[in-house]
Amino acid sequence: MQSVNKWFDSFHALNDINFATKKGEKVVVCGPSGSGKSTLIRCLNGLELHTSGTIDVLGIRLLKDGQSLRKIRENIGMVFQQFNLFPHLTVIENCTLAPITTLGLSPAEATERAMKYLDRVKIADQAHKLPKHLSGGQQQRVAIARSLCLEPKIMLFDEPTSALDPETINEVLDTMISLAEDGMSMICVTHELAFARKIADRIIFMDQGQIIDDQPPEEFFLNPGSERAKEFISQILTH
Amino acid sequence: MKDWFIEVLGKPNGIIIFQLLDAGQLTIYLSLIAFFGGGAIALLLTLMRVSNSRPLQACSKAYIWWFQSVPLLMLLFLCGLGMPRLFNIQVSPWTAATIALVLFTSAYMSEVWRGAIESVDKGQWEAGYALNLSFMEILRKLIVPQAFKYGLAPTVGFMVQIIKGTSLAYIIGFQDLMLIGKRWANSPVPGSEPFIIFPLMAVMYFCICYPLALYARRLEARSIKRI
Ligand SMILES: Nc1ncnc2c1ncn2[C@@H]1O[C@H](COP(=O)(O)OP(=O)(O)O)[C@@H](O)[C@H]1O
Ligand SMILES: [Mg+2]
Repeated sequence: MQSVNKWFDSFHALNDINFATKKGEKVVVCGPSGSGKSTLIRCLNGLELHTSGTIDVLGIRLLKDGQSLRKIRENIGMVFQQFNLFPHLTVIENCTLAPITTLGLSPAEATERAMKYLDRVKIADQAHKLPKHLSGGQQQRVAIARSLCLEPKIMLFDEPTSALDPETINEVLDTMISLAEDGMSMICVTHELAFARKIADRIIFMDQGQIIDDQPPEEFFLNPGSERAKEFISQILTH
Repeated sequence: MKDWFIEVLGKPNGIIIFQLLDAGQLTIYLSLIAFFGGGAIALLLTLMRVSNSRPLQACSKAYIWWFQSVPLLMLLFLCGLGMPRLFNIQVSPWTAATIALVLFTSAYMSEVWRGAIESVDKGQWEAGYALNLSFMEILRKLIVPQAFKYGLAPTVGFMVQIIKGTSLAYIIGFQDLMLIGKRWANSPVPGSEPFIIFPLMAVMYFCICYPLALYARRLEARSIKRI
């Protein structure tokens, strides 16, 4: 990502963003609300189109045409704060829809693959329920499995635990930790600093559309690169 | 058929009832054509309206805006009387009424459907795009099935508006329930005075519309319960 800027009309949401990640790297993005974290990761799979600068994902230049977008989305999974499961489809149908439609798998192959990943997030026994009959934590794990079914090379998470009851946060974080341990490249917006410390190779701190800080977690917590980051950490820790 | 009515109800009542029922059929046919023809155009308009293309959106918006701002009666006049004069062509009342009602229906129905589509959480689009689905795939497999519950009741409800709308077509000489009824009401035949004929017609419109209205209300109640 190079000198990326994003404007919403006259609002400068991303201001000269530069960063690169390596294969298998886990990056945690944090920062106060409204600082542009979501915008940043949504630009990576083209849910928002950046205004200027260049974004390359896995060697593909992200342009405004449908072709490069689809090529990139093929390899990036995304998990949302609000899960965004498809409420009219069962858990297993949520997982098989995209593989059947975009990869051309047969229903049997897709089902087999879906069961594998549902098992991976430990929720295979709920496969035939509708999302609304699951708890928040279970729904989010289904959302993770749904993304994994396309076997992406990078996973994006946008505050995956912010909408969850405290008692189900850990099951989702555990799932993400195990993904991380399997070597998945991850970019994760979260305020779960314990989780960040555990899995992150780097922590990026954002404020007002800019990257203020970008360093490994130990250093980030010991020696935040800015007053804003220091304030932010203490706020979260005392929270 | 006609003879049977005359035999049972006598003259002129048998003839009146028969002719009214006969004309009522036309009312139903015209309504159905308006519904399906208008529905087909509405489908296209809705698609254009929710697409990502600004020009398509604008075209659809302009069309809807125009046909929603013009009263149906005006559309009927334009199609039935204006067009023939302007282009010097023969337009039968059937054709004129059909065109006017189809235009009217398409504009309103696409507004209903757009509303239904926009009631579906935006997150569904985003999740679809993130899973690399295309616009049409998302629309077909995710949005429309969910929009159905928002759109069904108002669509059925709007059919009632169409049926009532057809009654205006008498003004350009369309031989529907309204025209036949009015003709009888104005005739000097005893037993066909306005105070008999008009209530009779009202009952007929009621018989066609009420079940639909009831059904729409039932659907609405059900969809509220489900949300
Ligand atoms: N679609 C949009 N239109 C206009 N402004 C937006 C839009 N999306 C986000 N913004 C603005 O951009 C800023 C950054 O938003 P976001 O990336 O969601 O922040 P964060 O995820 O860090 O809380 C916010 O001030 C928000 O109001
Ligand atoms: Mg956000």
